[in-house]
Amino acid sequence: MKNALDFEVPLIKLRDELDEARRRHQLSPSNNTATLVAELESRFHVMQQDINRNLSPWERVQIARHVKRPFMLDYVKHICPEFIELHGDRHIGDDHAMPAGFAIWGDRKVLVVGHQKGRDTKENLLRNFGSAHPEGYRKAMRLMRLAEKFGLPIVSLIDTPGAYPGVGAEERNIAEAIAFNLREMMTLRTPVVAVVIGEGGSGGALGIGIADRVLLLENAYYSVISPEGCAAILWKHRQHAPEAAAALKLSAQDLSQLGIIDGIIPEPAGGAHHSPSEAAIYLKEGVLKAIAELEKLPIPTLLDQRYQKFRAYGQFTNS
Amino acid sequence: MPIFKKRTVDDLGEKKRDMPEGLWTKCPSCGESLYEQALVKNLRVCTHCGYHFTMSAPERVASLCDDGTFVEMDATLNSVNPLGFKGYVEKVAANQEKTGLGEAVLTGRGAIESIPVLLAIMDFRFLGGSMGSVVGEKITRAIEAATAEGKAVIVFSSSGGARMHEGILSLMQMGKTSGALARHSEARLPFISVLTHPTTGGVTASFATLGDVILAEPGCMIGFAGARVVKETTHADLPKGFQTAEFMLQHGLLDRIVVRKDMRTTLAALLRYMTRG
Ligand SMILES: [Zn+2]
Repeated sequence: MKNALDFEVPLIKLRDELDEARRRHQLSPSNNTATLVAELESRFHVMQQDINRNLSPWERVQIARHVKRPFMLDYVKHICPEFIELHGDRHIGDDHAMPAGFAIWGDRKVLVVGHQKGRDTKENLLRNFGSAHPEGYRKAMRLMRLAEKFGLPIVSLIDTPGAYPGVGAEERNIAEAIAFNLREMMTLRTPVVAVVIGEGGSGGALGIGIADRVLLLENAYYSVISPEGCAAILWKHRQHAPEAAAALKLSAQDLSQLGIIDGIIPEPAGGAHHSPSEAAIYLKEGVLKAIAELEKLPIPTLLDQRYQKFRAYGQFTNS
Repeated sequence: MPIFKKRTVDDLGEKKRDMPEGLWTKCPSCGESLYEQALVKNLRVCTHCGYHFTMSAPERVASLCDDGTFVEMDATLNSVNPLGFKGYVEKVAANQEKTGLGEAVLTGRGAIESIPVLLAIMDFRFLGGSMGSVVGEKITRAIEAATAEGKAVIVFSSSGGARMHEGILSLMQMGKTSGALARHSEARLPFISVLTHPTTGGVTASFATLGDVILAEPGCMIGFAGARVVKETTHADLPKGFQTAEFMLQHGLLDRIVVRKDMRTTLAALLRYMTRG
């Protein structure tokens, strides 16, 4: 039961039971074993759907952070027959929390950029838990300009708890690196599709998130502050993160209702970590569909729509 | 790991204590007792040591604009509670009551040494100068007006960052304001960003660091993540003067530090290079 989330435990128990019943049925098939397998299969299916439907925002945050969840490069591996990673910001270094490069997305040449997390200590040391430094944002911008120059659509895969809050990051102006991307992405003369595939952590997420289409995977989240950070301020303790997650309206459904995202990409039952290859198919198709729609637009229309999309965000009265 | 922790007013204890009480105000820097009227006359700068107290948005306008030129814009924009966040409506009302302002930014048209400009001035007293929908909208409208009228825009920042109570909508104000600045820049019109105490989080990571010229008041705190978060994350001692204007200047992140009494003339001098005709 390693890596299982609390609410997944009954499901995993049932799946083990089902596997065992199938094994017995294969060894010595009978009417009894066949009935048992069918019954368990049905129960498993119902439970899976129930869990999916009734997940709380906090449970979705946990799925979004699941260590087995497919990360950016997992999707690239599944979707792209070719990926030529390009390194460095040309000034300070290469940020491994933000890989980027040319890729063939299904059958389309694109530039892909995104945050990359690690699964173990060694990987996380390299990837800095998906928290990029200024170099990452500047590399992303350099390569997005390259994509613009050669007419390649840009696919941005967002998955970060936030930009890195460190001394070096501050000294090298992490705030400006993000701000610069917000302004410059608004002027990119090529289609940009952003998908939050896991965690959409605040400015660190938005720093590669100014796009013509902003999509969310079903269990991803996008928020101005982490539920823990919000809980620490409001309830003076991180243990209230579940309430904070609900209050922040950070789930795909809530964001869709607020008009912040353009679509939700489905995940396999139980979450993308139950079948990364299936999740990759949905992601591939969702992005291709968005690119196909955007490519029909003349560039000035594309740019104007991108501007108006962000211009419209906000709720207030005028009286 | 926190995304970036928003500071509360409590965290800025040092600055909270310097709010004037009655006729005398004690300078938190040199300890001198200052007569309130003398302090106001000196633009809220300590007459003894030069410490810059926080300034309200109306006081700032008075210190910058040619007499009688400032005309406020969009004063009727009001915050709503898009997420149904508990206590938010009451919080906004209490801050309006406390400050006499409608929101955490004051915007309008004015003239500085006869140069017409669009101004946006944040006020830290109002919910820590945090940026929600109204703050983002007012700043965007000021930028767009400047673009349309071929004028310069000047933003004085003072903010704890994006406003938590409006969730993702607050985050998106970063994209909105930065987008407006992209168009303003493409029109080859000037934007001067002035950082005042404190400028942090989502405001630093959007319009505040996008100035053609970036100025700061002496001693002000400027950063993306809060110093405490940086310390907790890195388990390292912070360098001396970390996240101060002086630190920023030393690292090449801003153009000049300008004392308050010189701000008006400095802005005008810069604008004479940055505007045609
Ligand atoms: Zn003093």
